[in-house]
This record gives sequence, C-alpha cells and structure tokens, in this order.
Amino acid sequence: MKNGIEQPIAETMFVDGRELPIEGERNVLEIARKAGIDIPTFCYHSELSVYGACRLCLVEVEGRGVQASCSVAPEPGLRVKTNTRQVRDIRKISIELLLANHDMNCPTCVRSASCRLRELSERMGIEKLRYKAVHTPREIDRSAAALVRDPNKCVLCGDCVRACHEIQGVGAIDFAFRGAASAVVPAFCHNLDAVECVNCGLCATVCPTGALTPKPEIDSVWKDLDDPDTVVVAQMAPAVRVGLGEYFGMPAGTITTGEAVAALKAIGFDKVYDTAFTADMTVLEEGEEFLARFAGGGRLPLFTSCCPAWVKYAEQYHHELLPHLSSCKSPQQMFGTVARRVLPNHIPLDGKRLVVVAVMPCTAKKYEAKQEKFITDGQPDVDHVITTAELGLMLRQVGLKLDGLEPQSFDMPLGFKSGAGVIFGVSGGVTEAVLRYAVEKVHGAPPADVTFHEVRGEAGLREAAIQVDDVELRVAIVQGLANVRAIADQIRDGNCPYHLVEVMSCPGGCVCGAGQPHTFNPAARRLRTRAIYNSDKTLEFHKAQDNPELQRCYAEHFGEAGSHAAHQALHTAYRQRRRLHEIDLSVGSNGTADRVRVRVCVGTGCFLNGSQELLRQLIGHVERNGLEQRVAVSATFCMENCGHGANVSVNDTPIERCSLEDVCAAIETALASPPAAVPQL
Amino acid sequence: MRVEEKQTTVDRETGSQTIGRSFEKVCEILDHHQRNPAMLIPILQAVQAEYRYLPKEALAYVATSLGLPPARVFGVATFYAHFALSPKGKYVIHVCDGTACHVKNSQGLVDAIRKRLGLSEDKHTTDDMLFTVETVSCVGACGLAPVAVINEAVHRQVSPQAGVAAIEKILESEEQA
Repeated sequence: MKNGIEQPIAETMFVDGRELPIEGERNVLEIARKAGIDIPTFCYHSELSVYGACRLCLVEVEGRGVQASCSVAPEPGLRVKTNTRQVRDIRKISIELLLANHDMNCPTCVRSASCRLRELSERMGIEKLRYKAVHTPREIDRSAAALVRDPNKCVLCGDCVRACHEIQGVGAIDFAFRGAASAVVPAFCHNLDAVECVNCGLCATVCPTGALTPKPEIDSVWKDLDDPDTVVVAQMAPAVRVGLGEYFGMPAGTITTGEAVAALKAIGFDKVYDTAFTADMTVLEEGEEFLARFAGGGRLPLFTSCCPAWVKYAEQYHHELLPHLSSCKSPQQMFGTVARRVLPNHIPLDGKRLVVVAVMPCTAKKYEAKQEKFITDGQPDVDHVITTAELGLMLRQVGLKLDGLEPQSFDMPLGFKSGAGVIFGVSGGVTEAVLRYAVEKVHGAPPADVTFHEVRGEAGLREAAIQVDDVELRVAIVQGLANVRAIADQIRDGNCPYHLVEVMSCPGGCVCGAGQPHTFNPAARRLRTRAIYNSDKTLEFHKAQDNPELQRCYAEHFGEAGSHAAHQALHTAYRQRRRLHEIDLSVGSNGTADRVRVRVCVGTGCFLNGSQELLRQLIGHVERNGLEQRVAVSATFCMENCGHGANVSVNDTPIERCSLEDVCAAIETALASPPAAVPQL
Repeated sequence: MRVEEKQTTVDRETGSQTIGRSFEKVCEILDHHQRNPAMLIPILQAVQAEYRYLPKEALAYVATSLGLPPARVFGVATFYAHFALSPKGKYVIHVCDGTACHVKNSQGLVDAIRKRLGLSEDKHTTDDMLFTVETVSCVGACGLAPVAVINEAVHRQVSPQAGVAAIEKILESEEQA
C-alpha cells in the first residue's frame, strides 16, 4: 500500500466495451442507464418489482445470448452489448407487434404528447406497419369519478397492476384471461367504480400510454366560465405551482405561482385563491383536535385525512381506524365550505351563481368533491376539479404560454397563506405544519426553529420523535398505502408508539400526484419537493397560526379554532364502505319473489364475529323447518357496518350483532306479516 | 357486448341450486387449506369440483377469505383453461386439438359432435345442461390421436362417427335413467 490507505478494488463490468463500476445496482439495465445509455422499457420502474415482460430492454450478454437487461444481475467481468443488429431488430419487432393491435387514434388521445409507445415507435424508426392489425374494440370504462380506463390502448406492461398492488396494497386491477385475450381488468370485468379502486391515479402515472388517464372536467369548467350568470373562482393547491411549469417544458421544480394565477385570470376566472389558505385552517383544526386527544387521553394516534385516496382506503379496509382519522375536511373541501360562507361578503354576486373550481395535482380529489356528504341541496361545495395538466391544456387551447404571462398575486382574503399551508404539497408536510402549531402550543411560546428536518425524507414509512420540554411527540409519515398495514397491525396489537400519523397515497405526496404533468424524469419528485420547501422559505409567515387573514376569517365566521361553529362547518364524518358491489352468494334454493329475504354478511369483519357459523346454523334452521320455499338466504360481502357484526338483514331491515335467535325471530315476524304491496307502475 | 363480459356470464338460475348445499363445503375447503393464499389453485380446483364451475360469488368469497384482491383471484381463474366461469354440463367432452390430433382430423370430430348437439364455437353447453364440448391443446396422448376425453374417460383414435356414437350411447343411458 503506497499511502497506507487500502483502496477497495471496484468491481466492474463492460457495457459496449466501456468498463463501468458495479455500485449496488440491481441489474444491468440500471448500470447502462447510469452510463447514459437509455435502454428503452415499458415495464421497468425502479420502485416496482422487476417483471421482465416488455422485452424491450434486451441486450446481448457474452456467453449467454440475448437477455432482458432488467433481469440480469451485474457480475464482475460481465460483458454486454446494447447495440447489435439482433437487439435492434427484436426491439423493433416488439414495438411493431404492439402497434398491430393498438388503438391508434393518436390525434384524439390525451396522452399523445407523452406516450411512450409513440415515442419508442419513433425512436425505433418504424415507418409503416408490416403486420395486419387485429384490433377488436373493447368498451371504454368511464364509470369512475377520477379515471378513464381504455383497454384498447393497453400494452399489457403490468405497471399499473404492480403499482396498485405493491405500492397501494389495493390490487383493484389485474391481468385476466390468457394469450391473445389477455387484458388488465378490475375483478370480474366490473367497472372501476364497482370495485375497490381508491382513485389515487398511480396507475395513470405509471401507464406508458393512454390506457389509464385522469377523467377530464375541462368542458364543464369552460361552460361555467362562458356563462354570464356565474361568478367563477378558482382554488389552487400548493403542488400545482411547482408542477404546471413542466407542462410548458420548464425544468422540473420551477415555481410558477404568479404565472399560474395570471393564467387562471386570463382564461376568465373572476378570482383566484390559494388552497394553502384552507390548508392553514386544517392545521389549526387538526392541531386542536390532536392536542385535545393528546391532553385528554383521546384516541391516538391521530391520522391525517387530507388525502381522499387514503380516506377511501381506510373506509374500505380499516374500519377500526376510522375513529383515529382526523374529522377535518380536506383543504379542498374546507375551501368549498369557506368560500360559500365568506366570499359573498367580498365579491358582489348580484344574484349570480358562485362556481368553485379546484385546480389539483390529484385524481382522487375529483372523486372526493362528488361525494354526497359534500353536496348540499344539489349544490356541490366544490363544483369542478381539474388537474394541473388539465389547466395546462386549457391554457394551450387558447394559445397562452405560461412564461409569457406577467405574474399576479392571489386574491384576498382566501389567497393569503403561511408556508405551513404550502408544504402540505409534500410527504411529511402536513406533519411538519401541524408540529409548527402543536409545538408552539405545548411549549407556550414560538419555537426557535420551525423547520423539522426529522420528518422530511423519501422512505415509505418514516418516524420521528420531537422533544418539547418534558413531552415527546412521536410521529410517523406514510406514503404509499401498502405501508399503512404495519401501523394498523401495531394499533390492533396495542403497541403503536405514535401520536400522529400522516398518510399520503402518492409516493412523494401531492407534488407527485396523478394530476401533475406526465413525466418520465425520475428526478422530478426531488426537484418538485425542493421547490415546495423553497416556496415556504420565501413567504412572510411559516406557521398557520400567524396567518392574519386566517385569524380574521375565524373571528368573523367560526370563532376559535376547534370551536363548535368550526366543527360544524369544517369537519366531516366517515363511513364503512364495501369493496365489491353487487355480489351476493345465494345459498338457498330458487323460489318466488314474495319470500323473506335474509342476507348474512360474510365480509372480513363479520367473519371474525362468527357470521359463517351463524350462516351454517341458519341454513340448518331453514331446512329443518321446511322453509326453503319461503325463506331465501344469501351471503353478502359487506353491509358497511363492520364493527358491529355479525350483520344480518331480513327483508332489508338490518340487525347488528345478530344471533341465531334474533334472525329466527325476525324471520318468523316477517312470515307472519302479509307480503308488502307491490307498487303499481 | 364486451368480449370479457361474455366469458364470465354466470347462470344464476342453474348455479344457485347447487350453491345451497355447497356453501358449507367451500368453507371446509378453505379450512382444509388453512386459508393460505399460496394454496389458491388447489382451493379453486376443489371449489370447481363442488360447483362444476367457479361462480363469481364463490370467487369473491374465496378472495375475501384468503385476503387476496378479487381481481387477482379472477385473473388466476381466467388464466387456466381448466377453470370454468360458467356452468358446465353433466358430461364435459374435451376434444384434443394439439398438433398430432389436429393432423388426424380432430376438427372433423369437433364439428360432428357440435352438429349432433346443436353447439358451436361460441356455444359450448347444451340448454339441458347435459353436454359441454370444448377443445383443449394437447392432453399428452399424441400416440392415440385424435383423442377425446369425456369426463375422466379417455377415448382413443376417435373418428367423427365414433364420436357421435359415443354421444348417442350417453343419451340412451340418460333416457333409461
């Protein structure tokens, strides 16, 4: 050793003759990409399992022939060639075959500008189709509020399937059938709105083509903008200001707050406000809720409720966690409520209809705004939800460029925010914003530093402990719904150490939502996140409680944070939701329609409460008493009352915590009463 | 009509009669396999043995019990030709259409049987639920081509005439029964 320092000998392999170090890469593909060789792929995502289906990343491995580089582990001395005639030919043929049964209505496809199939087709130099097209049209599924599923554009890469299953723990779509009939479908080919999809849109984010896309609402927004009898206001979510620029070719993470406001004004919005205002409001409401539970021995940990995909997930899979969820409406829905209460005092409506449009980085927000609980007398609190990309499209439709616009400021009062409201856009942001409030409250004076580095980061499940005087606040931050399970298990076993848990369905948080402009840039997440934190730094206030407009708003309309008035307006409730619709397992024989209909829930919650045994006994009871022709028994999958199983319904009358005696008595009563009159048409 | 939907239509009328007696059996099957998701395929095989097909209600119940997404269970059930998502007849006739059988006129055999039973490429099961006729890709008995398997019994070197004769024989025995 020359200097007495032992240098580890780097292991190397060769790509196209270049010697490259092996530094923990999972496969040859990663090494090649690191060396600047962009091997094409459809099915490779660094955050998903390796699938090896698309056969585009083929390389020639010396001594082994042609292999998929995503599935070859790097080895010292391995020699691969990424550019041989054979490899080029196979890649080209793969694309040609995909094109042969692809719905090639590219000019009318929303993804035509960001389609990987179109890009690769062009890259491979495909000028005509040598294979006869065998495309059989399949129906487009527009049932869901947030997403459109067009099977005609699917290339079967499976990215959506793995994202939904591995990252979100949902698995709403999967491969079905075989060979030429293969398709990615929801269970039983149901529509997306009849299965357990949480509308997070991660499938659309990873989809290389237009097979899964956010559902557009542009037309209804234009309609209201054109209507002379409306006053149309916009609320813009924090993440939009760091995403919109990418739609116009700016580098990821460019902050375009002022330009976005100007753009909304330019296309006809009367006022433009900031969702970060009601994010500040959420901090106060959720902060009060948290401190009350913390001090008063209430149910902890408190889960955040800003992410509608997470809320639906909890409603479907973790009914036991619903009492842990903050009752706060999300900032989007709080804005809807506040706007309708506050704005008539600030803008002369003159009898015109107030229309609230949300600009969101998210698809699940579309679903959230359409829930019944957020619609009063037919008037939704938030009328329309468009994504960042939809706003970009609206601007392009009228020929506006973002960088050609003179930046403008948000309108007051609902446009004023602290940095706490802005950082809602990143994973860990809600936690940090609430800590900036809670720590001050616990300590009794403003904290010296409002930056909580310990909650920032990229891991799917992070934890931190914050010491405030003699109190320790323990928090966890979850991104990707599959990571919730570990905490749900801890809560079930009574050993959950956390006081506050933030859950965001999208990895990275809202800045990486499915409504953001589509990108294949893996660095975008980090750049957008940094931009949000920078945006916080440039603001005058960093704590929600310091927002003077918010203080005024409370004083005039809601009293104190956490008051009765605030609770009535700004909080909501959750319900248990069944995952599969329209599936009942008939366990009786056929008969006539006037029989007594008994349904026994055999879903997970009721199963644990012995519903299967109850069902067995009930079948026995019906058979012993010769009631097969008069009593129709069926097993159903969820009555959305999971904590109170076993749930049974007799002629649609629900009985919870039902015993055999209860259901037998109800059957007897029903048999004794005359059949209900059949309504005349 | 969507291609996908057509393949999964479940006949509730014919299905529900058996389900009543079979529900308990499904629970037993699940218990027998310790409700282990890794045992999905043996569980589906056993459930199909009970119902003669896989009703989607039963698939949903299996998925719920195993903690698997129903879409994944549906995917497995539709991947294997062995699994049926619509009710099958009492006699299931598999005509092999592998390479060896194909060159020995398996197509003529299928056509003759279908003609006798009023079935087609799209209609696999007779209205009286007695026969289901399907083609399969190689049963691994190429030396006996063309091969037809009626329920569990393997028939060798079946000419179109022999195939129809076998059906007549079954019809006769059914009439006597």
